[in-house]
Amino acid sequence: MYTQSMSVPDEAGSRVVQPLPSTEPADRMARFDARIDADGRIEPQDWMPEAYRKTLVRQISQHAHSEIVGMLPEGNWISRAPSLKRKAILIAKVQDEGGHGLYLYSAAETLGTSRDEMLNALHTGRAKYSSIFNYPTLTWADVGVIGWLVDGAAIMNQVPLCRCSYGPYARAMVRICKEESFHQRQGYEALMVMMRGTPAQREMVQDAVNRWWWKCLAMFGPPDTDSPNSAQGMRWGIKRVSNDDLRQQFVDATVPQAQLLGVSLPDPLLKWNEERQHYDYGPVDWDEFWHTVNGHGPYNKERLATRVKAHNEGAWVREAALAHARKMQERTLREAA
Amino acid sequence: MSSPSVLKEWPLWEVFVRSKQGLEHKHCGSLHAADAAQALLMARDVYTRRQEGVSIWVVPSKAIVASNPDEKGELFDPAADKIYRHPTFYEIPEQVGHM
Repeated sequence: MYTQSMSVPDEAGSRVVQPLPSTEPADRMARFDARIDADGRIEPQDWMPEAYRKTLVRQISQHAHSEIVGMLPEGNWISRAPSLKRKAILIAKVQDEGGHGLYLYSAAETLGTSRDEMLNALHTGRAKYSSIFNYPTLTWADVGVIGWLVDGAAIMNQVPLCRCSYGPYARAMVRICKEESFHQRQGYEALMVMMRGTPAQREMVQDAVNRWWWKCLAMFGPPDTDSPNSAQGMRWGIKRVSNDDLRQQFVDATVPQAQLLGVSLPDPLLKWNEERQHYDYGPVDWDEFWHTVNGHGPYNKERLATRVKAHNEGAWVREAALAHARKMQERTLREAA
Repeated sequence: MSSPSVLKEWPLWEVFVRSKQGLEHKHCGSLHAADAAQALLMARDVYTRRQEGVSIWVVPSKAIVASNPDEKGELFDPAADKIYRHPTFYEIPEQVGHM
């Protein structure tokens, strides 16, 4: 999965992450900066500025939440997959997303936050997740398009994060990227099968592409001119490629894939620019993006409610496992005595 | 670590996986589990879904003792000036060949 450049603030209504005041000791700060400049890695026990720690906790936990919430729109289709093969593939993919969430929560925990704290922030709406999941998956073609475009956009975002300056995050991303390429390929292949089907099936694919295209472009986050903290992220080696550059890479990679598939992308301004050697594309609707990020998209409430319900209904399992572990431990102690 | 909410969390385990017979177990990540048996099962589901391993170790994270990065200097510097521990320190006539 699934990032939206993860530079959005958790506070509702805010579009810019407020910079944290720095009151760090100058000598430690200088050593830290030198290590970053030398493309070195920071590990959990190393000294780091508080702002670096907070930025990472926000980014990694938003990323983890996105993986977990991302299981919901696809999970809805497991029981409706068109064949046993597609069902097995979709279950494997959704299980991967759960695993990705776990790798990322673990990475965030090395920074001193706890799993409970992070889940609590998600469940009470204090933490953000990728707003791409606040839209409905209306047909089976949506599942294919999510694999092809949403996971495709996520891969573009995530590959540079494998070189992130924070060791545990970078290592989690290496693992995730390895698994992610199956996600994109299975989606594209599922769409190819539909495109060889009936006119109604082809129409279904085109409709799904039309609904998801612009949301995917928005996944890369606000334009560079509106991302005042990107520079800080770049300075710290948390972000490696700018939002607009990633978006351009995604457009350039996707246009030929769409042609091969036989679908059009819903942008009248999309055309090859010989001079730039890139595709030009039209403006993203950023007001719609922020509207959704701030909780007013079509499915924000539904997704969060489903997530909270799943967590609450699983409480007895978590408690029973702990009670069982305690009982076994007591029994071992009694037998030893 | 004494607040009640923390006590409700499953403890943390570090996971080590042997990718194939003959290789060492390598640290690959961590997870929360209620006990060792559950930690092993979850490690299998999380870290070996694509046959990445033939054996798994799980270790309670709190059982790991680590060196202090702030003392990196004192701890590792003594090895820095002992270049005679490396084979390249010694000059041997070329005629000797590989040694």
